[in-house]
Amino acid sequence: MKVVVVVFPGTNRERDMAIALERATGRKPVMLFHRETALPQGTDLVVLPGGFSYGDYLRCGAMAAQSPIMREVAAFAARGGHVLGVCNGFQILCEAGLLPGALLRNASLRFLSMDCHMRVERAGTPYTAHWQQGAVFRAPMAHGDGNWFGDDQTLARLKAENLVAFRYCEPDGRTTQAANRNGARDNIAGILSPNLRVLGLMPHPEDYVDPLMGGTDGLPMFTSLVESLASA
Amino acid sequence: MKARVYVMPKAGVLDPQGKAIGHALEGLGFAGVGEVRAGKVIELDLAETDPAKAKALAEEMARRLLANTVIESFRVEVA
Repeated sequence: MKVVVVVFPGTNRERDMAIALERATGRKPVMLFHRETALPQGTDLVVLPGGFSYGDYLRCGAMAAQSPIMREVAAFAARGGHVLGVCNGFQILCEAGLLPGALLRNASLRFLSMDCHMRVERAGTPYTAHWQQGAVFRAPMAHGDGNWFGDDQTLARLKAENLVAFRYCEPDGRTTQAANRNGARDNIAGILSPNLRVLGLMPHPEDYVDPLMGGTDGLPMFTSLVESLASA
Repeated sequence: MKARVYVMPKAGVLDPQGKAIGHALEGLGFAGVGEVRAGKVIELDLAETDPAKAKALAEEMARRLLANTVIESFRVEVA
């Protein structure tokens, strides 16, 4: 399984992402700089990691979405490729139009750096196959602009097509307003493309893949990916 | 010619920044301030000399990059 991690100026979570990917796949991912104009032959998965690409200038992810490699990533997604965007990567996917909606400033205006809980709203996808429907897991979040917004029509479509992957929740799975710390519409933490191959989410499952990190809550995402991509 | 692109959060989109500014104004003792919305202004120096064409160009730039029309609206002025 060949994984490419795209690195933009200001990306800073590519190494933790690489650790999680290597742990699951047994191979080091390829780190690809944003100026590249082609993905390596045989790429199975493209990951856009977290960080503050281009200093969050203009809007989070707006500059990265226009960088040369993103045209290739969009073409790869259009051909049915798997693309995972975490945190800034989610913002970039929305800015690039690969996922709907946008990430606004947190409703509290505070940068949120803490663990959160998420409920798996759509099991059985390449990213969530190793979780049960409704399972609750923990992941760190670290963002200032994670407040997902889509207009009424977009939200209705995501719900009707069952494309909400994760919702912020209490440890017991209740999707309360208190658990929705950044103010995202409908507690949305992560969404999928209609073909279920593009996923964006704000929290960082890659940071809980080893007991030494404090937990393995995020590991199912990576083992799911390995399984679905190995069999593809 | 110069073009000014005004980018504002769309009506109905939460603007926590504007809200915080409103609260701060209240704290300073300014009474009677209703809703506060915060946006940005982007100034462009364009080679184009025809006002209509310059405006159309700046609008295209706003649609493609300067504004995210999912959450923001924009208005262009040329001078």
